[in-house]
Amino acid sequence: MSAAGRVSEARAGWAMSSPALAAIILFFVLPAIASLALSFTDFDIYALADIGNLRFVGFQNYERLIGNPLFWKAVTNTLLFVGFGVPFIVALSLFAAMLVNSRWLKWRPVWRVALFAPYVTTLVATAVVWRYLLHTRYGLVNYLLSLFGIAPIDWLGDPHASLPAILIFVGWKTFGYNMIIFLAALQTVPRELDEAARIDGAGWFTRLRHVILPAIAPTVLLVSVLTVAGMFQLFAEPYVMTQGGPAQSTVTILYFMYEEGFKWWNLGSGAAVAFLLFLCILAVTLVQLRLAKRSGAI
Amino acid sequence: MRGRPMEVTRRQMTGALAALPLLPALAACSARGDGALTVWAMGNEAASLPELLKVIGWPANAPAIEVQPLPWTAAHEKLLTGFAGGSLPTVGQVGNSWIAELAAIGAIAPVPDRALGMLDDQFAAVVDTNRIGGVAWAIPWYVDTRLQFYRKDLFTRAGYDAPPADWAGWKTALHKVKRQAGAGNYALLYPLNEYEQLTTLALSAGARMLRDDGARGAFSDPEFKAALAFYKSLFDEGLAPVASMAQISNVWDEFAKGYFSLFLSGPWTIGDLNSRLAPDMQNHWATAPNPGPDSIGSAAPGGSSLVVFAGNDHGDAAWDLVSRLMAPAAQLKFQQITGDLPARRSVWAKAGLAGDPIVAPFATQLDHATPLPKVPEWERIVTEMQIVAERMVRGQYSVDEAAKEIDVRADRLLEKRRWMLEKGRTR
Repeated sequence: MSAAGRVSEARAGWAMSSPALAAIILFFVLPAIASLALSFTDFDIYALADIGNLRFVGFQNYERLIGNPLFWKAVTNTLLFVGFGVPFIVALSLFAAMLVNSRWLKWRPVWRVALFAPYVTTLVATAVVWRYLLHTRYGLVNYLLSLFGIAPIDWLGDPHASLPAILIFVGWKTFGYNMIIFLAALQTVPRELDEAARIDGAGWFTRLRHVILPAIAPTVLLVSVLTVAGMFQLFAEPYVMTQGGPAQSTVTILYFMYEEGFKWWNLGSGAAVAFLLFLCILAVTLVQLRLAKRSGAI
Repeated sequence: MRGRPMEVTRRQMTGALAALPLLPALAACSARGDGALTVWAMGNEAASLPELLKVIGWPANAPAIEVQPLPWTAAHEKLLTGFAGGSLPTVGQVGNSWIAELAAIGAIAPVPDRALGMLDDQFAAVVDTNRIGGVAWAIPWYVDTRLQFYRKDLFTRAGYDAPPADWAGWKTALHKVKRQAGAGNYALLYPLNEYEQLTTLALSAGARMLRDDGARGAFSDPEFKAALAFYKSLFDEGLAPVASMAQISNVWDEFAKGYFSLFLSGPWTIGDLNSRLAPDMQNHWATAPNPGPDSIGSAAPGGSSLVVFAGNDHGDAAWDLVSRLMAPAAQLKFQQITGDLPARRSVWAKAGLAGDPIVAPFATQLDHATPLPKVPEWERIVTEMQIVAERMVRGQYSVDEAAKEIDVRADRLLEKRRWMLEKGRTR
């Protein structure tokens, strides 16, 4: 291709992607920069009344966050959600995807819809239903546990049980989406490979480990990156189910940010939390990508 | 496009579906500005307003009134967001503890001279709550305060007709009640996640809680420390369980079972107890004013007021509406629909509340009420106060250390206010 041709092709490329780029800059990059600027000010209700009451405070918001025990409580809770939630949700989605992908299952489209349904149902409605399911005395969950002789658990009232309760709910609510992604990947795995391994006498787990997982490794990476980002940004579930309680055991970083920003109206401090969260997610995602590169998934 | 003109292609269908989320935005464009007078109200009061508006004789030629209900849980955020977005209504119901904040940011208009008459025939402590920097900002609409609900039968069994009014006698009585209550039960419930109990004790002890025009904490004052020590002793002596509200599955049920015989709450609990306790429990509970160090104690005056938001009074129509809602007949009707305690004292007698043994103590308590500090940061300070108090009860701080820690946290929260006061930028 001639040089002029390359230039005109590049121009066409820019022209085609410019509307999307403009939207990203206008609705994502600029607000992100603005909120970074906001995090160096003490924007509060006084500043809301009169912008003259706004002061530039440098890193004071960040210093105060570092010294705020509730912020660390929120960070710890979020890391717990990420640490337990990501493996749990990825495993659950993969299991569900293999289930609806297996040949012996009848009515596969029906199963697919049924398992995907929680993801597209309104969160608040499902949260209300789950609050009934998790009820200490009348809930179905405790009834099922009682069949195994387990004493009733105060799921949403006990600081130790509230986090697993929210995790179970989040897992049930979100695995359907990941399942669809896994399903698409699983359908690209050649059946011949699976059958060859079976004829060679490989068991169910060996086939999963040596045939299926290597074939869908990039998808596992994608799903885990998405789930990590999702778990770091957990907000609606604790907001609807427990309002951060009991004893602040389900206050996540985003919930803490919401309270700073919209309950106490300290937008400067809230913006600082948002920026720290951004750095957190960025760091974890970079680590995941590096691990994936090393293991040859991408 | 081929085919009949009525046929919808897949592309058009997709486009229409993609545009669905934009519909509310279109609706929002037309929601305001048709000359109607908008009123924001919360919960139960919002539900009863349409019925109330029918009986106030609103003139036919005046602007139509549109009531927009808000849930209590989101009301405070909604007011601030409305102010930030310039979309506040004309008249609003506002919780009395939010007046200071709304006045500080200039969201509400002061009560004009011709409307000041509405502040007569009211409880002085409540009116004082709405007075900031010598200016009245709102008209109290209904009142409430917190006092003790107790099990009459269990106190009688311990040898008391009612809880004594002085702290020492009150605590002695509670010890007797607990001894009668049996193993695993307590005398009172003071949930560790609620700040109202400790603030009530502090007001009863005469603590000012903030000093220097609300610019610094005064939690190391002897009065507050006395209240803090008394609060701690209730847990240390085993009179109250070390528990937060989340660990109490059903307050009314536990009250009926005798898990505790006394708790602090407001008038809304009267209806709860009437509807939730078994019929044979109904004459076993009563209310009494709070105890103080030597005699009857104090409480924070609560309830809601009516405000007119700054800059949209619809040329007197707003204050006209407020005064019609405050008329004795309207107040009486309002009490009958909602069960709220009327702000006007003369209506108490008309509604038969003054002679009701369950409700009458609220009037006594409102006469012994003290306004809380009127600074926008108060809610946050008091939240921090309770976090420290809970840790003190759990053994992390001594009384002196806790008082100092609350002061440190309050001073940090008030830093901006101090700067504003120095610059002369605030009331």
